[in-house]
Amino acid sequence: MTKKMDDTTRYARLREAVGNGDVDRRSFFGLLGAAGLTTGLSGGIMSAMATQARAAGTELYFEGWGGVVSEALRENAFNPYQEATGNTVVDATFGGENEVLTKIKAAGNTDGHNILHSSGVNWYKRWVDNGYAVQLNEDNIPNLSNVMTAMIDPFRAITPDGLSAVPYDYGTTGIAYNTKYVSEEKARELGANLLLDPELKGKIGGWGGDWANRAWYGALQSGQDPNDIQDWDAVWDKAREHRDLVLKYWSSGAELMDLLAKEEIYVTEAWSGRVAALQAQGHPIAYMDPPNGLAWMESMFVLKGSPLEAAEELLNFMLDPQTAIAVAVGQKYPPSLDPTKIEMPEEVLNLPAFDPTGQLEGLVFRDPMVWNPQEKEQSKMWNRVQKGA
Amino acid sequence: MPAIPADRRPWILLTPALLFITALVVIPMAFILVYSFYENIDLAVDVPAFQFGNWQDLLSDSYYHTAIWKTLRLSVIVTVLAAVLGYIPAYVIAMTKYRHKWLLLLLLILPFWVSFIIRTLSWIHIFGNQGALNGLLNLLGLGDLEVQLMYTEFTVIVGFIHVFLPYMILNVYVSLEGIDPNLEPAARTLGATPWQAFREVTLPLSLPGLAAGSLLVFVLTGGSYVTPLILGGPSDFLFGNLVYDAVVTELNWPMGATLSFALLLLLGSVVILYSRFMGMDQLAKAFGR
Repeated sequence: MTKKMDDTTRYARLREAVGNGDVDRRSFFGLLGAAGLTTGLSGGIMSAMATQARAAGTELYFEGWGGVVSEALRENAFNPYQEATGNTVVDATFGGENEVLTKIKAAGNTDGHNILHSSGVNWYKRWVDNGYAVQLNEDNIPNLSNVMTAMIDPFRAITPDGLSAVPYDYGTTGIAYNTKYVSEEKARELGANLLLDPELKGKIGGWGGDWANRAWYGALQSGQDPNDIQDWDAVWDKAREHRDLVLKYWSSGAELMDLLAKEEIYVTEAWSGRVAALQAQGHPIAYMDPPNGLAWMESMFVLKGSPLEAAEELLNFMLDPQTAIAVAVGQKYPPSLDPTKIEMPEEVLNLPAFDPTGQLEGLVFRDPMVWNPQEKEQSKMWNRVQKGA
Repeated sequence: MPAIPADRRPWILLTPALLFITALVVIPMAFILVYSFYENIDLAVDVPAFQFGNWQDLLSDSYYHTAIWKTLRLSVIVTVLAAVLGYIPAYVIAMTKYRHKWLLLLLLILPFWVSFIIRTLSWIHIFGNQGALNGLLNLLGLGDLEVQLMYTEFTVIVGFIHVFLPYMILNVYVSLEGIDPNLEPAARTLGATPWQAFREVTLPLSLPGLAAGSLLVFVLTGGSYVTPLILGGPSDFLFGNLVYDAVVTELNWPMGATLSFALLLLLGSVVILYSRFMGMDQLAKAFGR
């Protein structure tokens, strides 16, 4: 019986033949090129490695927000999880969950998508409404008992029969400003209207990727309750006023940090954790939550079609107090763990938006029942306003 | 074995390419056309239908017309600038007596080894507030002159030219390379000045390459959306950005399909115009045939 020769042996023999003078150099490189082509087309070593990896454990595909958030998760959660279980977490980044939904719709299945660092209860509802939810076995996630009830309840209200995600962190979208150019007094005095200060024209930024974020600030600036907007025209008028002063609408947390750090912009609405990361790097950036500022909670959402037991094992690992606190310190967003049950270190206590009561009563969240029905019409409106309409 | 008739041979040779194009271009575009008649009833929820609502929106809404105007305008600007800026290096490479001409061509292709996104992002480090340009001004003691170039139409144009210029240079170069090198000296012996010889002999003969390069740069610019997204300000957008908005942020695929198909028609009509005035056979000439 002929033993099948692997690529490494074939390469070693070929090199030996060259050394012996049996094959000239030109032929050697020609054969090497052909071998490379064959390897590329057939998968070769990569497919062999992939097979080995699959045999070693389950692969879980994770998608999140990139930058310091990704680094914190990779270093403090995924790497230790991989070492502990032999499973593999393949992580990627997105600019928003709509990108993932578009990909899944285009593919017609969820292959390659398992767990999302999902933003807000409104996206939880969207995933559920689109039929991508699972029913997690909470018995396999005992660390869920340490999570704040105030964070679990909004998700359970949407899927009373079982969760498809575990709440993981929370934060606010407040206003970041460079203290070299904007005083604290001025920022406090103007509040949300700091984003409309004509003196800062050309040095103001804004998040372009989320219509609801812009609308929330438009509501604050036009004196309306963001969870009960009556006059949408007034909201978009404020957005237009803001647009005329804006240098750049940023589309990711990394871009936000870059614009602030390089002083391209002095003022923008910003995610609390990203500002904390900038402060930790020594940049003179201050952060404030204006009255009725936007708060949000994020979850780890498991998509339909995922290997459930492995996903539950990962979620439980991520909710382990030691892991969750390390991730929180890294990504600068408070964890979903109840601070009345789990003792938090100093670094977490000092994080922006951190609520020591575990009740989250001081934060205002987007009501998905109010906001989701508006999205079709108003997201279209925002895209137009953003471009000058 | 009977010989294949000569007039069938090109078709037989073209069959794999035609099958490929049919499978990867014609059929997907047909799907997109069909999808443009569907109706989006909610975010990411479309129902099969045969209605013209999306096309009606496109034709009646000035928002889309503005985007078409911006796209055509910017594409013309980028194409003209690329033609002017690209001709000179193409001429130098074609006419040089330097032994290692391949090295110059390699330099031209070298940027393709770096990701298009990375190359585009690199301009932030040049034109940015703390970029190389302002750093140089500071070094020269002109810190007060700090220039705000980033996130303007200017940087978008620079980004486009940076990425598409090699396409122009290569097309013009191939065309120049195909010109008989004796023609210019012959014109000189007949009394033409160097400039006249270039203007009346070399330039007209290289026009097919210039036209082919222009067509490529125009179509590539017109179909872009990432460059304005990275380097532009709020008002710097192209028609492609509206397709992105419709598909990704509004999750309205039927409208996205309508806009995509409209963009195809728009850019396709430019190719047809090119064919009408220049003839598609000029493309072959540009590639030295």
